Amino acid sequence: MTKLIIDDKEVEVPDTYTLLQACEEAGAEVPRFCFHERLSIAGNCRMCLVEVKGGPPKPQASCALGVRDLRPGPNGELPVVSTKSPMVKKAREGVMEFLLINHPLDCPICDQGGECDLQDQAMAFGIDKNRYEENKRAVTDKYIGPLIRTKMTRCIHCTRCVRFTTEVAGISELGLTGRGEDAQITTYLETAMTSELQGNVIDLCPVGALTSRPYQDTARPWELTKTETIDVMDAVGSNIRVDSRGREVMRIMPRLNEAVNEEWISDKTRFIWDGLRTQRLDQPYIRKNGKLVPASWSEALNAVATKVKAAKPSKVGAIAGDLSSVEDMYAMKQLMAQLGSANMDCRPVGSVLDPSKGRASYIFNTTIEGIEEADAIMLIGTNPRKEAPIINARIRKRYVEGDLLIGVVGEHMDLTYEYNHLGEGADALIQFANYGKIKKKKPMFIIGQGALNRSDSAAILANVAAAAQSMGALSDDWNGLNILHTAASQVGGLDLGFVPNGNGGKGGKDTKAMMKDMDVTFLLGADELNTHDMKGFVVYIGTHGDAGAHRADVILPSAAYTEKSGIYVNTEGRVQMGNRAAFAPGDAKEDWAIIRALSALTGDALPFNSLSELRAELYAEYPHFAELDAIAKGDIADVKALAKKSGKLLKSDLKSSVTDFYLTNPICRASKVMAECSQLAADEMKKAAE
Amino acid sequence: MLQDKDRIFTNIYGTFDKSLKGAMRRGHWNGTKGFIDKGEDWIIDQIKASGLRGRGGAGFPTGLKWSFMPKQSDGRPSYLVINADESEPGTCKDRDIMRNDPHTLIEGCLIAAFAMRAKACYIYIRGEYMREREALQAAIDECYEAKLVGKNNKHGIDFDIYLHHGAGAYICGEETALLESLEGKKGQPRLKPPFPANVGLYGCPTTVNNVESIAVCPTILRRGPDWFSSFGAENNKGTKLFCVSGHVNKPATFEEEMSIPFKEMIDKHCGGIRGGWDNLKAVIPGGSSVPCVPADQIINAPMDFDTLRGLQSGLGTAAVIVMDQSTDMIRAIARLAYFYKHESCGQCTPCREGTGWMWRVLTRMVEGRAQKKEIDMLLDVSKQVEGHTICALGDAAAWPVQGLIRHYRHEIEARIDEYSYRSDNDVVTDKQIMEAAE
Repeated sequence: MTKLIIDDKEVEVPDTYTLLQACEEAGAEVPRFCFHERLSIAGNCRMCLVEVKGGPPKPQASCALGVRDLRPGPNGELPVVSTKSPMVKKAREGVMEFLLINHPLDCPICDQGGECDLQDQAMAFGIDKNRYEENKRAVTDKYIGPLIRTKMTRCIHCTRCVRFTTEVAGISELGLTGRGEDAQITTYLETAMTSELQGNVIDLCPVGALTSRPYQDTARPWELTKTETIDVMDAVGSNIRVDSRGREVMRIMPRLNEAVNEEWISDKTRFIWDGLRTQRLDQPYIRKNGKLVPASWSEALNAVATKVKAAKPSKVGAIAGDLSSVEDMYAMKQLMAQLGSANMDCRPVGSVLDPSKGRASYIFNTTIEGIEEADAIMLIGTNPRKEAPIINARIRKRYVEGDLLIGVVGEHMDLTYEYNHLGEGADALIQFANYGKIKKKKPMFIIGQGALNRSDSAAILANVAAAAQSMGALSDDWNGLNILHTAASQVGGLDLGFVPNGNGGKGGKDTKAMMKDMDVTFLLGADELNTHDMKGFVVYIGTHGDAGAHRADVILPSAAYTEKSGIYVNTEGRVQMGNRAAFAPGDAKEDWAIIRALSALTGDALPFNSLSELRAELYAEYPHFAELDAIAKGDIADVKALAKKSGKLLKSDLKSSVTDFYLTNPICRASKVMAECSQLAADEMKKAAE
Repeated sequence: MLQDKDRIFTNIYGTFDKSLKGAMRRGHWNGTKGFIDKGEDWIIDQIKASGLRGRGGAGFPTGLKWSFMPKQSDGRPSYLVINADESEPGTCKDRDIMRNDPHTLIEGCLIAAFAMRAKACYIYIRGEYMREREALQAAIDECYEAKLVGKNNKHGIDFDIYLHHGAGAYICGEETALLESLEGKKGQPRLKPPFPANVGLYGCPTTVNNVESIAVCPTILRRGPDWFSSFGAENNKGTKLFCVSGHVNKPATFEEEMSIPFKEMIDKHCGGIRGGWDNLKAVIPGGSSVPCVPADQIINAPMDFDTLRGLQSGLGTAAVIVMDQSTDMIRAIARLAYFYKHESCGQCTPCREGTGWMWRVLTRMVEGRAQKKEIDMLLDVSKQVEGHTICALGDAAAWPVQGLIRHYRHEIEARIDEYSYRSDNDVVTDKQIMEAAE
């Protein structure tokens, strides 16, 4: 710990602190542009200048000066720092003036207006007049991709974007070219950036140089209603803030959660919102003579009830999709129980994950934050960059710190960090089953969905569990077995027991079996299936006109994730609750309410009349859902039990389950922005192949 | 007045043989092994005792700088880096050393590297110095061949010396930008602390020295620190290469003792001021980045660090730029301002934005197309650049402007008056023409 005096106040801070952190600790406000907690220190904006008494007679950049570099006085006096002295005030005014002389001051037409660091700090620390009489510099705008709009004249060269893309995103595509006044931020030859995290530079940019292209000129920050909620684009459960105006979602921004997404979100999470407006199902439909025709709710529900009542219970099933909330699935599970059916599944076709094997067998046990402690990581049948860019960024963060061993069993891919390729087929895992202790203390095994939906998946899971046990990845404080999910609903569904016989019934069928042989199938937002092969009467409860709706005999329109409150459990098993930011379009209703209404027609109505009543029942049955933002830990014994199983591993290649990052769910597929990104990525692939 | 026998650089004009053989005949590489045998601390003490101050511009005591290097390695190697990126306008001393007397530098590198426990030395040479690089590389090759440096050399220490060619950016003469450039990155200065002696090239302890500072060391050791410190005033010891350019009859680079009075120096080496001493207007005594000094203050001033600092200027690299009465001071400084605007790396705000601002205002002032209150504004802007930047380029850009305003404010005001008088009268003329036309 180091003691120092800041603005006449004595503070004691850790040695590793910078002066800027120490000043904040002392309650002094220090303006900054280039400094960012999660990026390397550049020290180039010079806004955070403070006066250090006894040092050289010039102000010091507090972001770059460590407290341990301060010298005590000749008689051991504490170093004295001032953030309010005339020298500091003058220096800040000077820097602010320099920043503004070539800034266009076009705040009235700038998207950043109202949430602009430069605007705020100019008000707080600048002077009120302009002494610069010359022509301002103009810089041509750059094309850096379909997601980010550039107005480079506004750029103040803080290089946050450059540092983010190189350090966090792991691509060196953005840079500062030229020098002096002519320095410009651009990509090489103005090509589009290829990162899945590039949207974060919009938040990082302290001015309006990099803004959201889809959001461009559509709204002002002060007219937006801000709702804090949870993302469902992948199984990370990124914390987001949905900004809406009226009933339209205008943009999506990240929220800080150190344990999950820090302050980053993927581009899919950020730019999905235009998909919430198109291809929406806003009223019920019934298929008549092969064509879907609009219907009223009572017609549609009655049509479903008639079919259900006519069918044998064992011939009625439900499949939950990737975006369903826990409440949706709980209501559906109750409906299935009422109908006396045990046919339900929330897993992709062929998945071997099974809640009866214990929670530890299907969650990301190490936790996302735990990645930072790991010293060895093996990726099995997964491409985290596409399946969960936020987790990939965590791995990269750990990788950059050094001394991390990374192995990959599966495809060759660009993960933004180096790794050892251990083999393409599952048989490459055999060598690790009885590998024995390794030098690394905290090894992690990350199994992707690409390894869990195969005929040898049970063997893969057993083999990896055995490897984890033999390499010492299983101890009281370290569980190194991790399942990386790609669907936001998956862990919640498994927790609920939304699997065959999960409600205590018998002879329940899984997704694959249900698709072949059912009289009535409920698709609860399930679109990632080959729905055209489905037999019988199909009821689609969902939001978008996608695969499920195309096959459906009755469509019951429901609310998307921004339009309802719901619990989602992320891949770690972390329970989080999303909130409603807007209302569902047209006649669409929340899923649980649709199911509740249907239950009244098929039998005794389910015993809840409101979401809170539903939740009360849910919590009574599954108490861990009530513990928001907490993880109910998996039992290490479950992993050890897995390790005892065995089976034959196949030679066939392990492939990631996500082939196109930008098109993984019906909302993405309805989004124009995502389509553009997908096309661009495909073109890149083609170019690379040439 | 320096006598020929006391010159360190005996072949600065390339009159003699510059090969290893020729250099040895002039006494270089003589007894080098003996110095090395006396140990690291002996060398550093000798250099400290000689009072040698860094010749690159800042004048930091060289021996003291060497002593900052770690005595015990923590596993990281130490490096010596020679700053041969001599780009300061007016300065042309290092190029003559490398071109004509390269062995003084190479011998110095060996001794200095040994003293600071470095196993390798990198010489970063300015991009434009093509012939100098060839001469220096040839000399290095000779030394490798003669087993003076390299693995298993005659001196009993492994020592490698690499010559790296820069790409011609002024900022790469700043020591940390030089290290960045040497590492293959963009030449932008690093934040200090950590200082290079702690975290330098490739994150290892590094000392960056000017060519001249290193090249004089072998001779200091050979002739003793007392000999070296017998020249110059207190705290400004030794001999120094001066490069005089501008309005003198014979511009020249020459070795002279420190603290030689300006007038004596110019009369002896440069044939006096063009048009006589009355024609002298101002002198920039230390390369473009120090403020100018008017004639009356500089004529009798001893040329050394402390005196020139007293005149609110500096010795810098001892690149003396002489300007006679025909010089348009405003235009001269405006040209320098353009240079700094052009060479600013663009990393930090005050320098990036301020250098351009100052240049633009000065450009108008050259014509007189400005207001008198802008002179104070310009001074204020230069103060806002000075001391607020990561490296010293901001200071270097601000000082000439400050010197101009300090000493030649009346000229700027006169220029502005002249312009407004002219334009006022032009307006009248226009009126008259209009009236006549009616």
